[in-house]
Amino acid sequence: MKKQSAPLPLRPAGGSLVVRDLTVRYGSLQVLQGIQAEIAPGRITGILGPNGAGKSTFLKGLLGLVPLERGEVRYGGQALRGEQVAYVPQRSAIDWTFPATVWDVVLMGQVKPTGWFRRIGKEGRRRAAQALERVGMGSYRDRPIGRLSGGQQQRVFLARALAQEAEIYALDEPFAGIDQPSEAILFQVMRELADAGHIVMVVHHDLGQALARFDEVLLLNRVLIAQGSPQQVLQPQVLRQAYGQAISLSLAA
Amino acid sequence: MERLWHGLVDPLSFAFMQRALLVAVAVGILCAVVGSYLLVQSLALLGDAISHSLLPGLAIAYMLGLNLFVGAFVAGLLSALLIQWIRSASPLKPDAAMGIVFSAFFALGILLITWIQRRARIDLNHFLFGNILGVNAVDVLTVVGITLLVLGLVALFFKELTFCSFDPLGAKAAGLPTERLGWGLMVLTSLTLVASMKAVGVLLVLAMLITPAATAYLLVPQLHQVMLLGSLFGVSASLLGMYASYYLNVASGPAIVLVASAWFGLAFLGRSLLGKR
Repeated sequence: MKKQSAPLPLRPAGGSLVVRDLTVRYGSLQVLQGIQAEIAPGRITGILGPNGAGKSTFLKGLLGLVPLERGEVRYGGQALRGEQVAYVPQRSAIDWTFPATVWDVVLMGQVKPTGWFRRIGKEGRRRAAQALERVGMGSYRDRPIGRLSGGQQQRVFLARALAQEAEIYALDEPFAGIDQPSEAILFQVMRELADAGHIVMVVHHDLGQALARFDEVLLLNRVLIAQGSPQQVLQPQVLRQAYGQAISLSLAA
Repeated sequence: MERLWHGLVDPLSFAFMQRALLVAVAVGILCAVVGSYLLVQSLALLGDAISHSLLPGLAIAYMLGLNLFVGAFVAGLLSALLIQWIRSASPLKPDAAMGIVFSAFFALGILLITWIQRRARIDLNHFLFGNILGVNAVDVLTVVGITLLVLGLVALFFKELTFCSFDPLGAKAAGLPTERLGWGLMVLTSLTLVASMKAVGVLLVLAMLITPAATAYLLVPQLHQVMLLGSLFGVSASLLGMYASYYLNVASGPAIVLVASAWFGLAFLGRSLLGKR
């Protein structure tokens, strides 16, 4: 399908993720309809909207994790390839009683880069260790993942994403119920990734202060309501379109 | 002490006991390793469904004069395919799909075997509850062959299978073929069940898949440790069960399963007494 005569450059510089007419249906329920968006590298893009707006589904649809009814996603003019993507799922999607240590989880980031039939080598382990240090979890290597706080678990998953050495980083509700230091580290690392020219997408659950730290916001509710800087998008009349009347009160407070 | 030693070693001068020993060791390891994956993916019920579904394959292979292992394997895979089909093409939940398919397969198997029994003397109990003392040389070769094949495949794909088991979405996003790996695990499960049926019987083989792995899961924190320690529990259970079958003339399957359950009980109680959750 994807035949190329010349090899691709390792990091297609400045390639945007272009989403055309993305439509997802679960059974008879249309979750997302006709989303058009362009997600640029070099910035932290927040994906916002009320509960049930289809934020997570949007991310999954982008990455090919759920089937699309219509639409397409292009990256540098091509279809997305797995090795370009690091995905951090919602905490609820993970079984935290799984018999794995922090180190086991971070090493999973090197599974795809290492390739079939090969053990993860010295270099891969070095990168995984580096990623773990980067999120401040180096001293928790041998801890079972079930015996960490929510924030620590998110940091371990971010380390796994770093170990994947991807170009696109997609995080689904990483800030839900985590501690302040973990949130700070997550934002710091995401900022570094963005500054290095990567695409960073974050599904976010509320309209609190953290919003100011996004460079770009996509406001969703089944359809794309608005895209722009936080200041542009967080206007009362725009929010009312997404959330209905109730929101203007809580925002004013 | 010397009597115990003789009690353990003397029976091994019989060829049938040597064959049983090999099968016991192979099945103990194989079930614990593959069962660890089923355990962590909450797929115990699927293992149960596939094992019950082996029966009509056995019967049909017997009627057609084919290899029983092949017949059972095909039936096992067919049931997994059917379950998946019903799940994806209807709003039914997985447990309902499994319940429907495995009881239908099992009923068909019983029907065919009782029908065969009118003309030929075959013992249904051996299929249902296992007879580790009755395995022949071909059985041993098949079981050991399947064991080496499955363990080799698990070793080869360990990192991918583990990633997929832990975080299927993350693995899919990273570009792993999670669906194919899932089917691969179904094939490995079917092979494991087929290799174990002569020792433990189709009714109880689920216990060998789940119980030793679950026992180890209570005690160690990493998946490969669960597999290794689980193998130890599985092998010791099948060996002790084999001797019980020899000395007490009981069906090997229940004897093996009771030993495995005893290990689990001890681990569970020990953990509870130590105050771990």
